[in-house]
Amino acid sequence: MYNTEITQASNFVKGVDTAFLVIMGISFVFLLGLTAVMLYFIYRYNRKRHPKPIQIEGSTRLEIVWTVIPLVLVMVMFYYGWAGWKPMGKPPKDAMEVTVIGRMWNFIFEYENGRKTDTLYLPKDQAVKLNLVALDVIHSVYIPAFRVKQDMVPGKDNTFMWFIPQREGTFELYCTEYCGLNHSYMFNYVKVMESEAFNTWYSDTTAVAASAEIESATAAGRRIMQSIGCFACHSLDGSKLVGPTFKGLYGSERTVTSGGSKKVVTADDEYIRKAIFEPDAELVEGFGRGLMLSYRGQLSEDDILLIIEYLKTVQ
Amino acid sequence: MQESQSAIQASYLRTPGRFKGFLGWVTSTDHKRIGLLYLYSIATMFFVGMLLGLAMKLELVAPGKTLMEARDYNATFTVHGVIMIFMVVIPGLPAVFGNFLLPLMIGARDVAFPRINLLSWYFYVAGVVLILIALLFGPGTPDTGWTFYAPYSFKTGTNMLPAIFGAFILGFSSILTGLNFIVTIHRMRAPGMGWMKLPMFAWTLYGTAWIQLLATPVVGITLVLVALERLFGIGVFDPALGGDPILYQHLFWIYSHPAVYIMILPAMGAVSEIIPTFAQKQLFGYKALILSTMAIAFVGYLVWGHHMFTAGMSGTAQYAFSLLTFLVAIPSAIKVFNWISTMYKGSINMQTPFYWAASFIFVFMIGGFSGLVLGSLATNIHVHDTGFVVAHFHYIVFGGVGYSFMAAIHYWFPKIYGRMYDSHWANIGWILFFVGFVSLYTPMFWLGMKGMPRRYYDYLPEFHGANILSTFGSWILAMGFIVIVFNLIRAARSGPPVGPNPWNGKTMEWMVPSPPPVENFEEIPVVGENDGPYNYE
Repeated sequence: MYNTEITQASNFVKGVDTAFLVIMGISFVFLLGLTAVMLYFIYRYNRKRHPKPIQIEGSTRLEIVWTVIPLVLVMVMFYYGWAGWKPMGKPPKDAMEVTVIGRMWNFIFEYENGRKTDTLYLPKDQAVKLNLVALDVIHSVYIPAFRVKQDMVPGKDNTFMWFIPQREGTFELYCTEYCGLNHSYMFNYVKVMESEAFNTWYSDTTAVAASAEIESATAAGRRIMQSIGCFACHSLDGSKLVGPTFKGLYGSERTVTSGGSKKVVTADDEYIRKAIFEPDAELVEGFGRGLMLSYRGQLSEDDILLIIEYLKTVQ
Repeated sequence: MQESQSAIQASYLRTPGRFKGFLGWVTSTDHKRIGLLYLYSIATMFFVGMLLGLAMKLELVAPGKTLMEARDYNATFTVHGVIMIFMVVIPGLPAVFGNFLLPLMIGARDVAFPRINLLSWYFYVAGVVLILIALLFGPGTPDTGWTFYAPYSFKTGTNMLPAIFGAFILGFSSILTGLNFIVTIHRMRAPGMGWMKLPMFAWTLYGTAWIQLLATPVVGITLVLVALERLFGIGVFDPALGGDPILYQHLFWIYSHPAVYIMILPAMGAVSEIIPTFAQKQLFGYKALILSTMAIAFVGYLVWGHHMFTAGMSGTAQYAFSLLTFLVAIPSAIKVFNWISTMYKGSINMQTPFYWAASFIFVFMIGGFSGLVLGSLATNIHVHDTGFVVAHFHYIVFGGVGYSFMAAIHYWFPKIYGRMYDSHWANIGWILFFVGFVSLYTPMFWLGMKGMPRRYYDYLPEFHGANILSTFGSWILAMGFIVIVFNLIRAARSGPPVGPNPWNGKTMEWMVPSPPPVENFEEIPVVGENDGPYNYE
């Protein structure tokens, strides 16, 4: 029942699903059995059929029996749970490492050669170790098809999870630790490829540059903003989300709080650069401090220029 | 009949104190009146919480926006959780039935500290008002979930401080009730009532009271630390200041896991009273039930880590917590075996309270078995923070405590009001509630196994079908609840008067008139050698 229902795509599936089967199998037998016995007693010893109760105080022997048997059974369950879980803490030395950066409300995946993506591309049958970094609040990486989940806690940068993808395909990756407004939109995809296809994708560092040449500067700006998740908090249509809207932003006059005092500034190139690298330095009136973190190190100077080009068109 | 009418006239419901009407109730230190004050306030809060729950289920009937924005949805599940946990199920049975029945059951005129008892109700009201203020005024309704996890709880711009302070004050209400019950049970039992003649409900109140007294201060301190963190940035939990968010989770669950046992122990106690009465048979394994109650109260302290298997604890801590979690399942199983055995060779009178008690056993078993899936390490990793967890704790907390509460109100209703309800409508209410309940929460188990995370405002199309079923269930359940409440309100006003002991119960509350007089017992009863709470013939 369970096995056919949910995709099995990693080395941990067998251990986890075995534990499911053992625990749920024993549970169903007991649930059905006890319910049947209870219903039978209710029927058989109904006042109509059994007007005079027979008093029984208890039975020490029975108490011992139904203490010991469940005790043995739960120890069996514990064992399977432990056995399926134990290997999750021991990544092999040759695992490919990918850094997962979680922030409100998107994940970014950074490869060892510097590639950054918003979809987790992985080679099939290769051990993968994800190093988990949360920038603001606690998030959690959950890939149901792989049966893995690990919280990422800000300030604890040594947390990791590992697995071996064993099936080609596209699988969901969710954030499962509640993290605020757009928690339910914080999900990405894992794409598992044959190792050759993966290697081609991985070593093709020209892909991004090439596409950037073809596409216009505004389209590139939009693509960058999409991939780092700007639009989760900043709307394009004038509505107020977590942060101010982008509509009509470029060139407008804005009242900001800077170093405790209010002033009016024009949203020019310099303003936008500062807003991305030091979000709290000039805080737009009506929006909270500390909600946006700096993108310094994640965006290059060229990226900023492309973003500015795009923002000019959002009027 | 004449006698019953005059019992109502002479009872605690009518006899005037210094004040009349509303003032007479809110200044009364009579444990029975305080019990009813709690009943009315808790029922009101449950109704509010239920409306929020219905709104959430309506939002989830289809992917995308149905009724509200994500911000409102997040606030809704936060307020639903805070109301249901802190204002409904934690006070729940102890505050309502414990207050009303404990002195009656042990042959006392009141609890040990009647004024502190009234004070605890005022703390409850103050906490409720503060949290409602947080909800309605200020920069936005809290949106952290009832768990207030750091560091989100001091990053969010919403109105957290009044909510946290409200929960803090509710904690004091709980502590005072616990203290009161411990002293009452130790010092005020009638002559001859040894510990082994104490009714099970009183025993479970005793276990619960110790948890209230010892565990609640931990969450109080934790909430104060969150408030200080927000106000002054003291850096205990904030990683940006060198604090540890995981420490928050430990402190929070050190209270909030035992809190589950605060809720469930008296629920088990009430069922342990109801089954013997309707089977007219001695409670099977009385001593085993006492032992298992105390075992749950004790081991329940040591399992909080199972809420944090994915948080990044050390491996040793993980399997120690998993092992202890499996151990705490044993006393619960023992209780189920003993309840079912009590029915064996009884003479079962199929009345509304018994329907509730039997269905309690069924939903409690489902809640318990799904708890084994969550206690096991490998399976927990997969279903933690998914719909599976939501289904599990609603089966335990709403199924366990809710069904037992319903069983208790239908069982002790004639004692409380001296009148009887219409059992035909009561049974219709029960079946609607039961069918609604099962179709509301069972699909969530499946959703969780498929991988739908909890606290999700929106979901992928593949989860649609089960969510529709769940939403339908919520409507059926709400209909059942409305039938039950109307039936009881009508009965309290104009139901036919009943005698002191309509079910032929053997515990001492059935020896006094219904409703009981202000002083409970004209003379403090003496419990004889051969008397006992379950001495049926």
